[in-house]
Amino acid sequence: MALANSPSGIGPKRLVVGAHFGVGNFLLQRLTALILVVFVAILAVRVVAAGPLDYVAWASLFVPIWMKVLTLVALLALLYHAWIGMKDIWMDYVKPVSVRLTLQTLTALWLLACAVWSVQILWRV
Amino acid sequence: MSTPAATATKSRPEFRNIHVSQIVRYRMPAPALVSIMHRISGAALFLALPFLLWMFDLSLISETSYERMALIASGWIAKIALLFLIWALLHHFVAGIRYLMLDMLVGLERQQARNNAIAVFAISLPLAALAGLKLFGAF
Repeated sequence: MALANSPSGIGPKRLVVGAHFGVGNFLLQRLTALILVVFVAILAVRVVAAGPLDYVAWASLFVPIWMKVLTLVALLALLYHAWIGMKDIWMDYVKPVSVRLTLQTLTALWLLACAVWSVQILWRV
Repeated sequence: MSTPAATATKSRPEFRNIHVSQIVRYRMPAPALVSIMHRISGAALFLALPFLLWMFDLSLISETSYERMALIASGWIAKIALLFLIWALLHHFVAGIRYLMLDMLVGLERQQARNNAIAVFAISLPLAALAGLKLFGAF
């Protein structure tokens, strides 16, 4: 039986239930963080390479399609990272279920709206 | 009836989750301070997201909107808010890298964990101070 020799170290007699969203979100929190570290590094290098920043120098950083895509991926990673973090905060501090679900729903909707807005911001350049 | 056992039970200290009012009196070790600051800075960055996206938008639309963004960011209240957000980002970034390292079992021993928690402050605070000096035109 798979349960008996579970490699998790939790023990053979305990049935671990749940949808494992927690593990998935834990890993995604790290993955999105890594994406953001890489993006910040790339952006920093490009800003330094561009020299003194004025509007033209700044805006032309975001003109190439690969930079648009990269920035959008980073922003989406940021938004998902924020979603997991804010969900944890609401879960830790807001006990009444109705209030917590309302806050979580508003957070999700707001972050989704930000994602759409990010596309508009980037593709207008 | 008051048995010795009953009085012993009565005087035994109870440890519950600390209350908000107790937090300020707690002497937190550096890793705990890094942890709660990571949470506070993350929440602050989330709340500031609409303003940051708005400024990012303004900075990209046109020369005029870029100037407008620069003007908005030049007020001293805006500068203080920006400095706070810069600190929040720096702390969240450096502490986040520490957490990624802890995940890979680097620096997980108690003394090492304390040291690298102090290192987080030693990196993020001077950088924030530097950004502040730049922001307020010291150089």
